[in-house]
Amino acid sequence: MTTNPILEIRNLHKRYGDVEVLKGVDCSMQRGDVVCVIGSSGSGKTTMLRCINMLEEFSDGSIRIDGEDIGYELRDGRRQRKSEKEVARQRALTGMAFQQFNLFPHMSAAENVMLGLVKVKKMTRDQARAVAEKWLDRVGLLSRRDHYPGQLSGGQQQRVAIARAIAMSPRLMLFDEVTSALDPELVNEVLVVIQDLAREGMTMLLVTHEMRFAFEVSTRVIFMNQGRIGEEGDPKEMFLRPKSERLAEFLKNSSFH
Amino acid sequence: MDYALNFAAVWRSFDKLLQGLGLSLLLAVGAIAIGVAIGLVLGFALVSRHTAARQLARCYVTVIRNTPILVLVLFVYFALPDLGLQLEGVESFVLTLAVYSGAYLAEVFRAGLLSVPQGVREAGQAIGLTRWQINASIVGPLMLRNVLPSLGSTIISLFKDTSLAAVIAVPELTFEARKINIESFRVVETWIVASLLYVGTCTVLAALLRRVERRLAVPR
Amino acid sequence: MDFSFAQFLHELWIARVPLLQGVGITIASAALAIVAGTVLGVFVGLALTYGAAPLRLAVRGYTDFIRGTPVLVLVLASYYILGTAGIQLGPLQAGVLALAVFCSSHVGEIVRGALQAIHKGQIEAAKAIGLTFSQTFVSVLMPQAIRQILPTWVNTAAEMVKASTLLSIIGVGDLLLASQEVISRTFMNMPFYLFAGFLYFAINFGIERFGRFVERKTHIPS
Repeated sequence: MTTNPILEIRNLHKRYGDVEVLKGVDCSMQRGDVVCVIGSSGSGKTTMLRCINMLEEFSDGSIRIDGEDIGYELRDGRRQRKSEKEVARQRALTGMAFQQFNLFPHMSAAENVMLGLVKVKKMTRDQARAVAEKWLDRVGLLSRRDHYPGQLSGGQQQRVAIARAIAMSPRLMLFDEVTSALDPELVNEVLVVIQDLAREGMTMLLVTHEMRFAFEVSTRVIFMNQGRIGEEGDPKEMFLRPKSERLAEFLKNSSFH
Repeated sequence: MDYALNFAAVWRSFDKLLQGLGLSLLLAVGAIAIGVAIGLVLGFALVSRHTAARQLARCYVTVIRNTPILVLVLFVYFALPDLGLQLEGVESFVLTLAVYSGAYLAEVFRAGLLSVPQGVREAGQAIGLTRWQINASIVGPLMLRNVLPSLGSTIISLFKDTSLAAVIAVPELTFEARKINIESFRVVETWIVASLLYVGTCTVLAALLRRVERRLAVPR
Repeated sequence: MDFSFAQFLHELWIARVPLLQGVGITIASAALAIVAGTVLGVFVGLALTYGAAPLRLAVRGYTDFIRGTPVLVLVLASYYILGTAGIQLGPLQAGVLALAVFCSSHVGEIVRGALQAIHKGQIEAAKAIGLTFSQTFVSVLMPQAIRQILPTWVNTAAEMVKASTLLSIIGVGDLLLASQEVISRTFMNMPFYLFAGFLYFAINFGIERFGRFVERKTHIPS
């Protein structure tokens, strides 16, 4: 009996009008994989990430999470979009942390984490509070649980955002350049949290510019270039002995040594 | 309800409506011109260092802004004669609308003045300009550019307020429309046309004001 | 002036009932118009923000037309048109209808502005945790929008109290009309117009104060 890959992307295409941003991407991830996606802006890496939780519609191809078709299905021989309710339910299979954190400013840290637990997982407020506090503690911010986002630093906000996402027990965590908007001295506290989560076996897909992190923590690196996967493999192999010229160029320009 | 739309009666008196509109515009221009003067003085007073000036200006603005314009119109036309100031309809209304505009424009100019960075003033002082010169040559022009959008919408709002003149029998657009309505019984048509005239004029005014904004904008 | 302050107080006392009734009608008509106008205005705002293109166009046409028309014209039109149409609505109802329509166009703009000012990332974060649109609207969008809407809405409410004076023109017995009736009896123009003005000022000033209180109470700590 083979276990389903957690994530299976086949022939993913995305068009914005006349421009094709994803030109047939294939990717698969097993439980516990930590995959970093690197590439220059416009390579399609963020778009691919956002297709996985249907923040972007995709034009062709398929995405499966734990064996389940995401967003679209074949009905009466035609590719049709699933209902909004179904899509919302599927979005809860993944968790996402954003570059701009996107915490709800009118709610405390704890309430931010609790919202999904109460509304989507249908927990009682007490149950949700207990789970929220557990995860806030996990990211080192239990003492800030009643603080509002406006009262927290960037690094703290991002950690709360990560707690908000993992508290939903997603099968797969998506990270969209989560340190790019942080002051340099605040980046590390976030990377430490992500590293811990990786060590504990969380399945993660990260779009990132943090080359050192990708090198040290990921089980696999994907280099995207102009809507396609340029190169893929073990980070140590890829970074020290890039096979393609474009990857070599990219690594040179991204101050990785 | 058997009511067949028939614009004939309204078309026959269309010239009266246009005359009314003309008077509305004249009232607006007259009142706003005076109102801008009042508003500029009050605007500067509201941000002044002299507490007395600030408080007096604040009083004026607060009282006028919290009083319904209709009450002001009736007060000036019916109550001021008790003090010896008897004015004809047109003059009475222009005076009222000017005083009214002054209060609203004061706030617009105050916001504009506050938006001029302090550094600009200090630069003027550093070259040795007097406070008066700084205000006139530097702060004033800068403030006016910042203020154009909200100045524009306030002016359009004040133009619509000229309809209140109808209450003291000044033959502007609303007064004429009401007359036509009463004489012809064409209720729907009269008011649709009157409304369209107002909406049309406001649209033209808005377009003109945008033109002015673009002309005066600092090149970037 | 050929009457004293004492005479004014005397006449004020005689007219206290109709004047108080006038105040009652002013507040009631303004309140009705504000409530109806706000409810309608929220739908207008939602349509302008989330509606399909044809709906947005139609609603935009509606708001542009209403906002380009003076309130007095709306009131008169409502009064004369409804009167002729045989719809048995008195001047009060016709007037309140006109004011409510006027209010809705302003509230619609306010709601639209507040909703569009919310960062897109908020909707994305809500989607990412699996919230449906209605859950997102209730828990994430509206609470943030309300904070921006409230101060401006209180302003609109004050405008409606001032606009209620226009109902006196179509014969509704509000404070202004009641004052005018006292004046026509006593010829005391100055004192009673001042008095009416003062009452309107007091009501609006109270609303303004209330607005600032509400703004303080709903402030998000930062």
